[in-house]
Amino acid sequence: MITKRIIPCLDVKDGRVVKGVKFQQLGDVSSPVTLAKHYSDSGADELVFYDITASVEERRLFTDILREVASCIFIPLTVGGGINSLEDFDRVLKCGADKVSVNSGALRNPDLIRDAARRYGNQCVVLSVDIKRVDGQFRVFARGGREDTGLDAIEWVRQGESLGAGEIVVNSIDTDGVKGGFDLEMLQAVCDAVSIPVIASGGAGSSEDFVQLFKTIPKVDAGLAASIFHFGEVEIPALKQLLAREGIPARI
Amino acid sequence: MIAIIDYGVGNLFSLRSSFEYIGADAVVTGDAHEIARCDRIVLPGVGAFQDAADKLRRSGLDDVVRSEAGRGKPLLGICLGMQLLFDRSLEYGEHEGLGLTPGRVVPLAPLLPPELKVPHIGWNALNFPKDRPKSRLFQFVNEGGHVYFVHSYCATECGDAVIATAEYAVPVTAAVERENVFGTQFHPEKSGETGLNILRAFCSV
Repeated sequence: MITKRIIPCLDVKDGRVVKGVKFQQLGDVSSPVTLAKHYSDSGADELVFYDITASVEERRLFTDILREVASCIFIPLTVGGGINSLEDFDRVLKCGADKVSVNSGALRNPDLIRDAARRYGNQCVVLSVDIKRVDGQFRVFARGGREDTGLDAIEWVRQGESLGAGEIVVNSIDTDGVKGGFDLEMLQAVCDAVSIPVIASGGAGSSEDFVQLFKTIPKVDAGLAASIFHFGEVEIPALKQLLAREGIPARI
Repeated sequence: MIAIIDYGVGNLFSLRSSFEYIGADAVVTGDAHEIARCDRIVLPGVGAFQDAADKLRRSGLDDVVRSEAGRGKPLLGICLGMQLLFDRSLEYGEHEGLGLTPGRVVPLAPLLPPELKVPHIGWNALNFPKDRPKSRLFQFVNEGGHVYFVHSYCATECGDAVIATAEYAVPVTAAVERENVFGTQFHPEKSGETGLNILRAFCSV
C-alpha cells in the first residue's frame, strides 16, 4: 500500500530559507541544508525547494545550495521557481533534483511540459497550478497568483496530464494562508479530472486538516505545507502517528 | 571501489552522493578498464527501456556488465537498471535485456484495478517471501520498511529470484537476487535510512 506523502516546502532566496522558521534548537534555521536535514530526519517523505530569487547571480548561489542539500538528503527532492526552459530543467537536475516543478513557464509555453517529459520522463515533470475561484469557476492564476489567466483550471490540469506531467500540485489561493483547512471542493474537482498523483497545497492549519484531507478525498496522494511546519505548529512525527491512528497509510 | 555505470541515462548525482555518505568509494564511469578495476558495479537508469538498452549496447557496456557479472562481481541494477537485467521487456514493442536473471518486464496498468494510478509512485513497504531466507541485500533492514518507487512497468516470471515485493493491489516485484546479481525496482538512494542500509548491505556482499 502506497503511503500518503507529507511534503514540507522551503522558499529560498539569496541562499537562505525565507518566510521565517522557528526551530531554535537547530541553530541556523535559515540554512536550507540544516532545515532540509531536520525535515528529512523527522520523516518528511519528500522536500520541495522554491527558488524565489531574481538575478542570475542569486540563481548561481541557489544551485550551489541545491547541490549541498542533495548530497546529504536521501529522499526525493523537487525544485521549482523560474523554470522556463529545458536548460532550466537541466541546470537543477544536474544539481541533484529528482523532479522539477513548472508553473508560469508552462502557462507561457505548454510544450515545455511535453518536451521535458520526453527528455526526462513524466515522473520528472510536476505541474504546479495556482487556482482561485472567479465567477463560480476555478481559474488559473500566473506569476505567483497575481495574474488571472482566464484559463479554466480543470481544463488546464487535464491538458497538463495529456502533455505528460507526472504529478500535479494544486495550490488554492482562496485557502492559502488562512489555515482553515485544505480546499476540499477544488481538490475533489481536480482529482475527478486527472488520473496522475495530486498533491494538495494551501490552507493546512493543523494535523487534523491532513486527516480530513486524506479521509475526504482518498485520491489525494500528498499534502504540502510550509509555515505550519516551519513554525513547529505541526511536527511531522506526531502528524504521521496521527495519520496512522486514523487508519491512513503513513511511512513512520 | 564501486563503478556506477554511466551510459548517458539519468542523473547519477544522488547515487554517488549516497555511496559517499555511507563511506563507500564510488566512481561514475563508462570506461571498460575502470569498471574492470572496481570490485562492485551499479547499473542505474531512468526513462524508457529501449532507449536505455540501445545506449548500453552502443557504448559496448552491455558486454562489459555481462562479463564482469559473469566473473562473479556483485552487480546492483536500480529501477530501469534492474529491468535491464532480465531477458526481455514489453515496453513499446519487445526488446532484449541483458538476460542476467530470468524474467520479463511488462506494463503495470493491465495488472491493476482501474482506480489505481500508474506510475506506481511513492513510498511502499517491503514484503519478504516466506519460502526463502532473507536476502543478504536486506541484512540491515526489516520487513515492512518503506522504500521509494517510481515506475510504470514491472518484472514478472522472475522464478525464485524475487527477494521482496510491494503490495499495490497486486504484489509488485520490488527486488531480485540471483547469485551475485541484485536488482531493486525502487530507488535505495531516495529511500532514506532504509535505502542507505540496503546500499550498505550491497557494499558488504
